[in-house]
Amino acid sequence: MEKRPASFYWLAALFTLFVLFLYGPMITILILSFQGPEGGLTFPMNGVSLHWFAKLWEGLGVVDIWAAFRRSFRLGVVVMVLTVVLSLLAGLAYRKRFRGSNVLFYVVIASLIVPSIVVSLGIGLEFRLLDDAVKAVAEAFGWTWVTENYTTAMDIYTSGLGAQLTWTLPFGLLITFAIFNRFDRRYEEAARDLGATPWQSFAHVVLPIIAPSVIGIGLFGFTLSWDEVARSSQAMGDLNTLPLELEGLTTTVTNPQIYALGTVTTGVSFVVIFAALGLIQALRR
Amino acid sequence: MSVPVGEHVAPGELAKAAPIERTAPAAAEPRRWSGAIPAWLQVTPFAAVFMVFFLIPLGLTVMVSFWDYNEYQILPAFTARSYVETFEGCYDKLPDLCVTFKTYLSTLKFCLVVWLVTLVIGFFVAYFLAFHVRSATMQIALFLVCTIPFWTSNVIRMISWIPLLGRNGLINSTLVRLGIIREPIEWLIYSDFSVILSLVHLYALFMIVPIFNSMMRIDRALLEASRDAGASGWQTMWNVVIPLSKPGIVIGSIFVITIVMGDFVTVGVMGGQQIASIGKIINTQMTALQFPPAAANSVILLVVVLFVIWGLSRLVDIRKEL
Repeated sequence: MEKRPASFYWLAALFTLFVLFLYGPMITILILSFQGPEGGLTFPMNGVSLHWFAKLWEGLGVVDIWAAFRRSFRLGVVVMVLTVVLSLLAGLAYRKRFRGSNVLFYVVIASLIVPSIVVSLGIGLEFRLLDDAVKAVAEAFGWTWVTENYTTAMDIYTSGLGAQLTWTLPFGLLITFAIFNRFDRRYEEAARDLGATPWQSFAHVVLPIIAPSVIGIGLFGFTLSWDEVARSSQAMGDLNTLPLELEGLTTTVTNPQIYALGTVTTGVSFVVIFAALGLIQALRR
Repeated sequence: MSVPVGEHVAPGELAKAAPIERTAPAAAEPRRWSGAIPAWLQVTPFAAVFMVFFLIPLGLTVMVSFWDYNEYQILPAFTARSYVETFEGCYDKLPDLCVTFKTYLSTLKFCLVVWLVTLVIGFFVAYFLAFHVRSATMQIALFLVCTIPFWTSNVIRMISWIPLLGRNGLINSTLVRLGIIREPIEWLIYSDFSVILSLVHLYALFMIVPIFNSMMRIDRALLEASRDAGASGWQTMWNVVIPLSKPGIVIGSIFVITIVMGDFVTVGVMGGQQIASIGKIINTQMTALQFPPAAANSVILLVVVLFVIWGLSRLVDIRKEL
């Protein structure tokens, strides 16, 4: 084997430092979340215990953290499913031709690049104007059951879901492009020549071949939603997701409970990441 | 083009994805298949999401930015009030800067520093992965190591600096114990420094992935030719690798710059809610139900961001390079 140039060792050192920089802080809070009952927010460790996890289990004061946890998890699953289905469908459409495909492509890229706070504000405004319109119409027509009961159309599964999809779908579509770019059309042609219907060809030929990459789209869908703050900030309505609660807690919680919460949240991310990677490996065999 | 790494998982698809769109349609157009769902129907739900949750909201934002408002509600009457108030005193107070200009200047400063740092880190990390790691398996593994944090919570990744940088944090207490400093360094946390550090920590990946992608597409024979022609390592890097990595560099730059321009979470958490940014102004006004000024600020931010992207895209023909 060729001898390594000196630059290799410099760059390897830089790379190691970078990885340390990436993971160091994460490991720090992982360790500190096992702080003893008397311990504080920083080193030294004052004993080792599960005290702060137990405290976290009981809740975090006024904030119902476990409700937020469940909400975020459910939303993540919904976003994941929709991201996979909608991007796959769109990817299939892009393999054929349709009017406005170029325009849509640029809109998708724009959605990735426009600052999240702008998107979030826009969606917040949209739903407020919608609420005003609904109330005005109801009043004009004298629909009392609407005027008495209607408050807002804003909700995690309306505006919140939409806000997150504007962030996950572009990733989904770009991955789908990459998938189909590498896909050998001959398999499909063969299925067709053998008399398969479009659906049979998709379900029995295309989907099994691209399945590992589809898991990848799902991974993006879930994790991006699970951590999303910026786009959700003005679009969730009354109830907050976990990362939004977390952002608020950074200033109010002053004990290692917040690290325990961090460890749990990161744990969920890691379980999802490794489950996805494992599944991808398994499907490739 | 051989891209062994990140086949299924990578945000690396980002940089790679677009060429398909450019090249595919010509090869596509298969024979009609009876019973197949037409393309427009397949793409409708996808397009509808962007219509309802992206295009219409942007349109409404522009519209509301020209509306009037009082303490209770927004009033649908055309006025430039929000824009005028945003730039109030910006002209007559010169050379002193008004709040808006100061905030933009501060945000642009963050942008510039974070961009430079992530560019250097991103370039060399990608260079190492692309040209120095020899086995494809190792490449995938190391690439994943860089990518995994991207899938974990940003807020947690911010908080995790506190035990290291805090007043009694690991760095301060170590330095004090070693006798290097007497008093803890105050500017380590809740400062410009911690904001920049955290932004680099969070977004370096957005630079690494596209640059790595560009580098993986470089024909290795070119590097050999350069060496055979007598170029030193640096000359090869400067005259061959960098020009050919330009698309990746530009795409990564666009990502990092636009994210930092609109950021309010990192500046908020890592700045101890003391540092201003455009995103934070918008967020605060929105929470205070001052919609027209928030919308006006969004429109201004959007214009600035588009201007920056336009400038960057002049460096390289993105449409061609994608």
